[in-house]
Amino acid sequence: MTATTNTPSRAVERIKNEESFLSGLRNRHLQGTIWKYFFQAAIVIGIVALLTLMFNVVNRIVGLVAVREIVDPATLADGRDLESLSAEELARIYSEYRLTGANTDGGRVFLRDNVIGRDTFQANPQAPMSQLLPNADLPPEVGALTFSELQPADTQVILAAAAGQITLLDAVITEIVGREILEAWTFTESTFNRAAIEERVASNEDWAGAQLEWRSWLNPQFLTTRMTTIAADSGVRAALLGSLVTIALTVLIAFPLGVGTAIYLEEYSTGNSWFENFIETNIRNLAGVPSIIYGLLGLAIFVRALASITQGRTIISAALTMALLILPVIIINAQEALRAVPPSIREASFGLGATRWQTIWNQVLPAAMPGILTGTILGMSRAIGETAPLIIIGAATFIATDPGLTSRFTVLPIQIYTWTKDPRQGFSEIAAATIVLLLIVLLLFNATAIILRQRFRRKLSG
Amino acid sequence: MATNGANAIELKNVKVFYSDKLAVDNVSLPILKNKITAFIGPSGCGKSTVLRALNRMNDLIPGARVEGEVTYHGKNLYAPNVDPVEVRRRIGMVFQKPNPFPKSIYDNVAYGPRLLGVTDKRTLDEIVERSIKGSFLWDEVKTDLKKSGLALSGGQQQRLCIARTIAIEPDVILMDEPCSALDPIATQAIEELMKELVKSYTIVIVTHNMQQAQRVSDFTAFYSIRKAEESGGVERRWGVLGEYAPTEQLFHNPKSEETERYIRGEFG
Repeated sequence: MTATTNTPSRAVERIKNEESFLSGLRNRHLQGTIWKYFFQAAIVIGIVALLTLMFNVVNRIVGLVAVREIVDPATLADGRDLESLSAEELARIYSEYRLTGANTDGGRVFLRDNVIGRDTFQANPQAPMSQLLPNADLPPEVGALTFSELQPADTQVILAAAAGQITLLDAVITEIVGREILEAWTFTESTFNRAAIEERVASNEDWAGAQLEWRSWLNPQFLTTRMTTIAADSGVRAALLGSLVTIALTVLIAFPLGVGTAIYLEEYSTGNSWFENFIETNIRNLAGVPSIIYGLLGLAIFVRALASITQGRTIISAALTMALLILPVIIINAQEALRAVPPSIREASFGLGATRWQTIWNQVLPAAMPGILTGTILGMSRAIGETAPLIIIGAATFIATDPGLTSRFTVLPIQIYTWTKDPRQGFSEIAAATIVLLLIVLLLFNATAIILRQRFRRKLSG
Repeated sequence: MATNGANAIELKNVKVFYSDKLAVDNVSLPILKNKITAFIGPSGCGKSTVLRALNRMNDLIPGARVEGEVTYHGKNLYAPNVDPVEVRRRIGMVFQKPNPFPKSIYDNVAYGPRLLGVTDKRTLDEIVERSIKGSFLWDEVKTDLKKSGLALSGGQQQRLCIARTIAIEPDVILMDEPCSALDPIATQAIEELMKELVKSYTIVIVTHNMQQAQRVSDFTAFYSIRKAEESGGVERRWGVLGEYAPTEQLFHNPKSEETERYIRGEFG
């Protein structure tokens, strides 16, 4: 009994003690200050890391390059300007070039693909030339030949008559007069070390005829031209289109499926059965599965088992795999968003005689839409940067033509991966340019989604 | 007690369970047509539970179950062939916390009619105007029907919720402590509104405020709590109907001692 009466009084004294309170207060404030500095340091470290990364990438997309023409245009036409040549002369240059080294078709492939047109040719491969090119003024003996009978000299005649000077000039410049990147320098090197670079270019004997010029690797031409094996000429068009189509298709598949699942789990299921709990737990676990596993799944199901539908290693397979990958992210975020809608809104709607579906469609979904969109942005951002699953399902690394839904494809991250690996000069620079492009695409996607989200929010708060 | 012909709703031996736990036991009482019936009683006595049993709002709570009969114009609301959506369309509800939809004032009121398939702009305009006038809110909002319902004050929001309810022309309006989140002036406005509404609607109101029950209601049902010790020392509580009488009589001449102690404010 004495213990119980004594202890409180000592406790009360301890609480009332002015001195220990003051020294304790100093300690408490000190603790808070230390934590505050720790948090600030964390932010600073994060920002420094991000800036270093950005600098590293951006530094590579503009800078000096030493270039050399592989075939000097002056030697092609005895010193005359290429543009002043006639169609006949250009056709001769092109056909001759196409007979050297590995190119022994004498320009036939160019004739078939760019002058006749592949579709026209395939519709009737045995037709004589005069029929395939009805508008061209062909000599009768050449016009009677079929494609497989053409000799290089015949091809040259047909090209001169049918291709037109501009098409031929373009082909000669892009295919014959190539430019070789000898070395590329970063922006900082180019700016602060210019003299040393000039000295190096001038003194290197192997680099005779090399020119030094500024080059922005991320330029409009880079975005719109096809991929080639030469870094300076290569574009990223196929990968950019591949990424855009894949992401659009992915969201188109994953958004309705994910939101639908979330609506069912939150609004219809009672959450009591073991089966529903099992599903919920599994969705949460799936969100943490490494993306490469999804790649294996996609390979087994979409590329192999469903090959008759997806046509194998195509954009459809890629989008389906990506959709599986981001589905858990979208479901979980949509569930959170639906759960955050106040029950009072549902009650009010039911109280006015709304059915469950009317309540979901008119009240719950609009109120949850900002959160659902946030989840979709997260999923999309993840999908646009994924490489591993696409490598597994067999994205190509070199695609020159624009992707279709059932064609082989490549995407930006795959291109970054292959170009970064390439030891030749110029490739790490176009990889850097592609990284910046990928970031821009990502930001554009996110900005669109954020604008959409804000519009929903504004609509709700009036 | 009133005759059957004047009853809008009649409860017979109603029991409500929440996941097999008895919440309210054996309530029988009539809700008279075009009268205000007040439900009073201490916290946890089940008055809101009974109110929500009247338009099947309890259906939305997983595990909730109602036994007994709730008859509305001679039809049991809990018969298997009754659609709860139809019940709620006839028996509307106003909630404790004003809960306008995050939409414009106009859309809030037009929501119910639109659910019923009214799409014609002129008809909707007419319904909206009549309903907002009916809840004495028109003069305050008529110039700004596009404004969000959430931008109104608490009292205005509650009147908007009432307008929303009467827009679908229900028979009965259930009000679950509609003034508990409001200041005295807003409360007074709602009470005046109720006295006006009761001319065309039947009203049931749950209230904690005994003065309010006395001021507005024609009949009062007092609910009280029963307790029982279960094995293992766990206490079980459920609500019962303590007394039902005309308001005047219940407050001035209560039959049971418990009612008297409650209305004197000895517990609550």
